[in-house]
Amino acid sequence: MAFYNKIIKKSIWVFHVSASPCNNCDIEILDLITPGYDIERFGIKLVGSVRHADVLLVTGIVSHKIAPRIKQLYEQAPKPVFVVGIGTCTVGGATFKQSYNKAGASLDKIIPVNAFIPGCPPKPEAMIDGIVKLLGTLK
Amino acid sequence: MFLKYLFYLLIFPGFLFASVFGMIVGWVDRKVSARVQFRVGPPFFQNFYDIFKLWGKEVILVKNSPYFIFLIAPIIAFASVLITSTLVGTAFFFNLSIGGDLIFIIYLMMIYSVALILGASSTGNIYSSIGAGREMKLLLSDELAFILVILVPIIQAGYKIDLTQILIYQQANGMIIGSASGIIAFIVGIICLQAKMAMQPFDIAHAETEIIDGVLIEYSGTLLAFWKLSHFIMYVFLPMLLVILFWGGISFASVGSIIAGVLKYLLIVVLMILIKNTNPRIRIDTAISFFWKYASPLALVAVILAIFGV
Ligand code: SF4
Repeated sequence: MAFYNKIIKKSIWVFHVSASPCNNCDIEILDLITPGYDIERFGIKLVGSVRHADVLLVTGIVSHKIAPRIKQLYEQAPKPVFVVGIGTCTVGGATFKQSYNKAGASLDKIIPVNAFIPGCPPKPEAMIDGIVKLLGTLK
Repeated sequence: MFLKYLFYLLIFPGFLFASVFGMIVGWVDRKVSARVQFRVGPPFFQNFYDIFKLWGKEVILVKNSPYFIFLIAPIIAFASVLITSTLVGTAFFFNLSIGGDLIFIIYLMMIYSVALILGASSTGNIYSSIGAGREMKLLLSDELAFILVILVPIIQAGYKIDLTQILIYQQANGMIIGSASGIIAFIVGIICLQAKMAMQPFDIAHAETEIIDGVLIEYSGTLLAFWKLSHFIMYVFLPMLLVILFWGGISFASVGSIIAGVLKYLLIVVLMILIKNTNPRIRIDTAISFFWKYASPLALVAVILAIFGV
């Protein structure tokens, strides 16, 4: 298993789940694949189908409408899969803290979360740092 | 004798060589694409990591779908691609071929597409069925042009359908690409390869940003690894096939000729990668009309020229 973990660290395919954000975090995630940051250097690739995903990047407060779908997406992903909450929204709600439409206080009340990367929105450097730290915990 | 064939199939031009070399060429593809877009690109072993990781992931079967077809399709596709690469590889490296192997190759490449269509349509996913439909239309449009392209060397070599016979003809009479019909067929051939490999502008069945990897959307884990590996192996034998058919293959007489052979192969690969990076994806109807209105008639002209010996 240790050897497999060593390899999976070098080949991370991320799937981007947009769970009612203000769309700012999504734009910052797309920044990651532009030439300026180029996360393909680390073997990180953005995939379109959740069946190919290793990491789910979730952005936004999870509203009542999207909560069942997030659970469904998590179940559809082939294991082992990691979940990373991007932005302060997933931690505490940021701008939408007092919204009537929040399904849970934070994302980890809905699906298991491996790491949070707070910031409103977090810088691409912070996201790379967060993902690298998450992979560092793999033994 | 039997051991020798097993060696061909599993080790040298077959499974081991084709997969390892295919993943390296796949890396060249990703690296050149990255450089074209002013990026750094992935590390050398990236495709090896990807395939290894996919082997260890969970395989998810779709509820209420014919599991058997879903499971068997990637294996059929992988087997047919593997046999094709062995056939082309033995002709390329050892000058060996079974009788009539060009016909066999055309059939096996069609089986790959048919397996892709079956696997994709067995899932019942909407995007997957759109992808399957597009793959079928693409097969219908590029197959005619591809067969006409292959006909040109066959006619020039005096109606021989063995790869080795075509190589022998080229050793005696110069390369087929030197003739007028040869160069036309070669150009159409590269376009057909682009469609067979599902590279831009013909990645209509996959269309990552539009129908989310279409045909492969429901595949995960080991089965996806089979699909990816088949795709990498196609990087190996399709340019090799063009080198054999039009460019006189490779000769191991001296170091210079070996380098020349490798350069021919690399030139075709880099040309395909550059076409991929400079052309956006086209619609399926544009692809069909392109192949039926322009590429196939052009290939037909090449065949007629070849019959008249030009
Ligand atoms: S964390 Fe801030 S930037 Fe990100 S989605 Fe929430 S409000 Fe928008």
